[in-house]
Amino acid sequence: MQYSEAVMDHFTRPRNVGTIENPDGTGEVGNPICGDMMTITIKVKDDRIEDIKFNTFGCGAAIAVSSMVTEMAKGKTLEEAMKITKESVAENLGGLPKNKLHCSNLGADALHKAIMDYYTRKGGKGSETKEAEKVDHIGEREGKCYCPYCDIGLLEPAPYCTHCGKPTLQHH
Amino acid sequence: MKVIYLDHISGNPLHPQVKEAIIDYIHKDGFGNPVSQHSIGDIAMETLEDARAKVAQLINSNPQEIVFTSCGTESNNHAIKGVAFAKAKKGKHIITSNIEHQSISRPLRMLSQMGFNVTSVSVDKYGIVNPSDIEKAIREDTILISIMHANNEIGTIEPIAEIGRIAKAKKVTFHTDAVVSCGNVPVDVDEMGVDLMSIAANQFYGPPGIGALYIRHKTEILPFIDGGVQENNRRAGTPNMLGIVGMGKASELARVEMPQRTEHLLKLKKTVMDRLGTIDETVVNGHPEKSLPGLVSFSVKFIEGESMMMMLDQEGISISTRSACASGSLRTSHVLIATGTDHATAQGTLVFSYGIDITVEDIDKAFEALRKSVAFLRNMSPLYKKG
Repeated sequence: MQYSEAVMDHFTRPRNVGTIENPDGTGEVGNPICGDMMTITIKVKDDRIEDIKFNTFGCGAAIAVSSMVTEMAKGKTLEEAMKITKESVAENLGGLPKNKLHCSNLGADALHKAIMDYYTRKGGKGSETKEAEKVDHIGEREGKCYCPYCDIGLLEPAPYCTHCGKPTLQHH
Repeated sequence: MKVIYLDHISGNPLHPQVKEAIIDYIHKDGFGNPVSQHSIGDIAMETLEDARAKVAQLINSNPQEIVFTSCGTESNNHAIKGVAFAKAKKGKHIITSNIEHQSISRPLRMLSQMGFNVTSVSVDKYGIVNPSDIEKAIREDTILISIMHANNEIGTIEPIAEIGRIAKAKKVTFHTDAVVSCGNVPVDVDEMGVDLMSIAANQFYGPPGIGALYIRHKTEILPFIDGGVQENNRRAGTPNMLGIVGMGKASELARVEMPQRTEHLLKLKKTVMDRLGTIDETVVNGHPEKSLPGLVSFSVKFIEGESMMMMLDQEGISISTRSACASGSLRTSHVLIATGTDHATAQGTLVFSYGIDITVEDIDKAFEALRKSVAFLRNMSPLYKKG
């Protein structure tokens, strides 16, 4: 098996599975066409992530990443949680196989989206600056979505290529 | 923990009698080179020809039409490139299907980059090629048709005999990749009307690392591996004698035991289908009747295949999400996409492939574990509506 012990641990005993009723923020990334889809819901109190849960459709790595991200974010301030990156998630999992690295991307993205959603709902500080982050489909041309790496046409705009698994989005 | 191996399509365990035959040959001083002109060489030559006759008998061919290779992939490469290069002056058009194994599609991609034209016919929702599509695709410059006998991911068996009649009438060389079918279902090169056929021993309880290419007498083909005079100048290199001994024995056993094996496999298949019916939102892939007895491909909706495979592995059940040759790839199966399965459903595909060493109890245990992992993963899935 290609996975580390930490990945197997989080995969077989995932932490924080589920959905929070009436969450303060929701982040959904991916779609089943890519092979991975993740939803993170958070409860925020005094600028801290009081509770966090996830639902994931995906491979073993995607599930382990979801579990690890929620564990890392729980109890952290929003500012600290925004600093969780795909690298720190992968590192905490004792590394991921090369072709599964994009899964850790997805976890951090879902968390950050949930936090941004919280800011947007609150309408207060942070929402303008966070909204300013522009996300483009770098593989988009003539209204169609292409993977910039393997140049294969995608059925619909997807953040990850359905063929090679590489991210098709560019964060500015 | 006893591991239940349900990934026979990736390689079968050795039949005990095949093991014995290989060990016997080692004890017989079988280190000689069969082309050597002395008594030690003669031992090897005798064994080689005995094995060749057994393989020939399994597929109803003449022993002289069997060339031993290192595996099914080599046989496929040999057939495709060997014919293309031998007949390039007559034409450069080749016909195939869009569900072939990588060892057919990749060599064809290489040939198309070299100036050959490849027409790839589509399949129906069961993965079956329509012979009239092949007939329509034939042109003046068509030199080769290559259609697999049975598909390695979904088990569907193609109408090879019908395509064979068309190929013969149009005088086009016809190759079939029978790697996953030969030794498991009846294969007769004359009934099927093929000029070339690829087979591999580890698909019928022989060792890995040994295969064969059937080459009908007078077929225009160049060697794939060039060098010495072995295999009647058609495949150079010292033959893999231990593999060949094993393949010969495995061929003999497959021919003799096929009726009992098929009966057993169909009983297991019925068990798999019955148990599958008790899990909601599952889809069986491939043709319901025209398919291999030892394989069932199915998709479990709302969850992903690799996570199911990993959970089952934790319970001591070895299964596959698709063919071993593509298991590292994150691409959705080209076979399932060709049959019109949507991407999301295709992601949740598992292949149960079993053999003569597997019992109904093993299948039941596998399903017990599968039911558990499906419930576990669906509970986690954002796509599955609970309640």
